[in-house]
Amino acid sequence: MDLTTDITGLRLKNPVLTASGTFGFGLEFEDYGDLRDLGGIVVKGLSLKPREGNPMPRLAETPCGMLNAIGIQNPGVECFLRDKLPRLPWRETAVIANLYACGVEEFGELAGVLSAEEGVAALEINVSCPNVKEGGAAFGQDPLQIGRVTEAVKKRAGTKPVIVKLSPNVTDIAACARAAESAGADALSAVNTLLGMAVDVRTRRPRLANVVGGLSGPAIKPVALRCVFQCVRAVGIPVIGLGGISSAEDALEFLLVGAAAVQVGTANFLRPDFAFRLARELPEALAAVGAAGLDAYRGGLVLPE
Amino acid sequence: MTRRTCREMTVGELTPLGQSERPGEFYRLRLLGPGFGTWEPGQFVMLRPASWDLELLWGRPFSLAGADEEGVSLFFQVVGRGTRRLAALAPGEKVTVWGPLGNGFAVEPGTRTLMLAGGVGLAPFLGYAAAHPAPENLELLFAHRLPLDCYPYGELAARLRAEAVHEATPADLPRVIRRITEKIAEYAPDGLVLACGPTPFLRTVRQAALDHGVRAQVSLENRMACGVGACLGCVCRDGLGHHVQVCTQGPVFWAGDVQL
Ligand SMILES: Cc1cc2nc3c(=O)[nH]c(=O)nc-3n(C[C@H](O)[C@H](O)[C@H](O)COP(=O)(O)OP(=O)(O)OC[C@H]3O[C@@H](n4cnc5c(N)ncnc54)[C@H](O)[C@@H]3O)c2cc1C
Ligand SMILES: Cc1cc2nc3c(=O)[nH]c(=O)nc-3n(C[C@H](O)[C@H](O)[C@H](O)COP(=O)(O)O)c2cc1C
Ligand code: FES
Repeated sequence: MDLTTDITGLRLKNPVLTASGTFGFGLEFEDYGDLRDLGGIVVKGLSLKPREGNPMPRLAETPCGMLNAIGIQNPGVECFLRDKLPRLPWRETAVIANLYACGVEEFGELAGVLSAEEGVAALEINVSCPNVKEGGAAFGQDPLQIGRVTEAVKKRAGTKPVIVKLSPNVTDIAACARAAESAGADALSAVNTLLGMAVDVRTRRPRLANVVGGLSGPAIKPVALRCVFQCVRAVGIPVIGLGGISSAEDALEFLLVGAAAVQVGTANFLRPDFAFRLARELPEALAAVGAAGLDAYRGGLVLPE
Repeated sequence: MTRRTCREMTVGELTPLGQSERPGEFYRLRLLGPGFGTWEPGQFVMLRPASWDLELLWGRPFSLAGADEEGVSLFFQVVGRGTRRLAALAPGEKVTVWGPLGNGFAVEPGTRTLMLAGGVGLAPFLGYAAAHPAPENLELLFAHRLPLDCYPYGELAARLRAEAVHEATPADLPRVIRRITEKIAEYAPDGLVLACGPTPFLRTVRQAALDHGVRAQVSLENRMACGVGACLGCVCRDGLGHHVQVCTQGPVFWAGDVQL
């Protein structure tokens, strides 16, 4: 079955990508599968300068989900380009950089650095991380700001496709999607984590040092699916769906509402070979629901009259 | 080289150990299936029973107490949601296991080596003692709160010089700390101290080792989601104050290279 997918100039051999922050720089998973079997790898959020991230504890497990407040710990874009990217099979698998910055200017600068790199297939702008006080969530919740960041990145991105990753923590995600599209985004990805919290009743303390964090995993799938559905109807550019995908059937749900591709996040923690297995199982899962092919199935949601 | 894999294993025996005030708290777990030909004592595995479905998402990290081609042995204490359900596993159930993960304890056959275990921190020392080429150079000091038969202490004590110190009430703590500190001092200047247990215990060990100038390694038990270095959830601060992943840079660190 032909699984190739084209997302405005980004060619993928199959629609299974790994979500930023859940798959490291890909190299961590080399023992568990062949990175070349994936449609693409979205690497851990990158900033211009290295970031230490938030204090511990940064993680809490919740029923069917988890909270994280990592705070974009990363070694900085230079280290990525020097030490990580050359070791990735980027000629055979799309490597997508996930960008994090504190201001519009800085987003542009980061895009400038990454656009010069042959091994980077596309840029994904993280305007939606709930874990960083400066910028992060504020950008993602304001269509005007989303537009400004998208423009700044697009201007410096050269020929690289620009993907804007949207936050579900908004009242009108369609407005955010349209703002990104009007500002020149080539594609969207939806969604990032939902803002959440957990408390230890014995110690009377929040379970995260940062107090609040991002909820991900199967618990958020219905919300994520609704967001993708609304984005697909709001814009003409491709939408990459993610949020709680933990089986091939989950991936089919997102494809059915019109996602061009999917990203696997928290499910990478269920077992480190999860994404590889999903890429392998997808044709079978499509066949099992009687789909002739990916293109024929995608967006085929049947709505009530 | 130890090569890491993700594989399905089957629950063999699940043996309860001892009696604490909470019944059913300590277990030895034997998982069957292609095991690990090569591994280092101090390394751990992540495991996740198939029966957890999507309710508990993370695997749980456990030190390898033993491993060979037929399977692996673990030893665990019930503390929360996951370990409670591990204790209810039935023989034949499927468990996903990935590993061996992290680095192991230093093995220096000719060096007098003190194994310092606090509670379930005893687990990696079962493997360490079994694999050590010169067990006559090993000694164990075991600090525990619950009855001794809750832990596989007896089998180590039968083969090695071993001593157990009991902290029956919090009032015993100063005595336990004193004993740990004395023991560590005995290993200065050229011995090796290896420690595994709860963080306050490791803090004591680390400080005493630094004070007495003894080379010491500590094995950390930070909460983990992926176990492979990807999520950055398990970090601690290294000697320079940078966040490093305990699952891949550790869990074993030289005492001077980590902040506790
Ligand atoms: C490298 C490594 C090796 C380990 N080896 C062993 C072993 O051989 N035997 C053993 O019994 N345990 C070991 N642990 C600890 C074990 O992983 C935890 O006890 C277990 O994950 C708790 O799971 P839970 O779902 O029952 O607890 P949760 O429901 O997650 O939490 C309940 C309670 O457990 C505590 N807890 C959670 N995670 C940890 C953790 N990682 N370390 C300590 N306390 C924790 C919490 O503070 C809380 O009080 C090891 C941990 C690490 C990181
Ligand atoms: C530990 C962790 C770290 C993350 N780091 C990032 C990041 O650096 N950049 C980003 O855009 N999203 C990050 N995310 C969000 C995920 O990419 C994804 O959008 C979210 O987890 C929802 O998908 P899921 O339910 O499949 O995990 C992170 C998520 C987790 C769990
Ligand atoms: S557990 Fe994920 S980085 Fe260590």
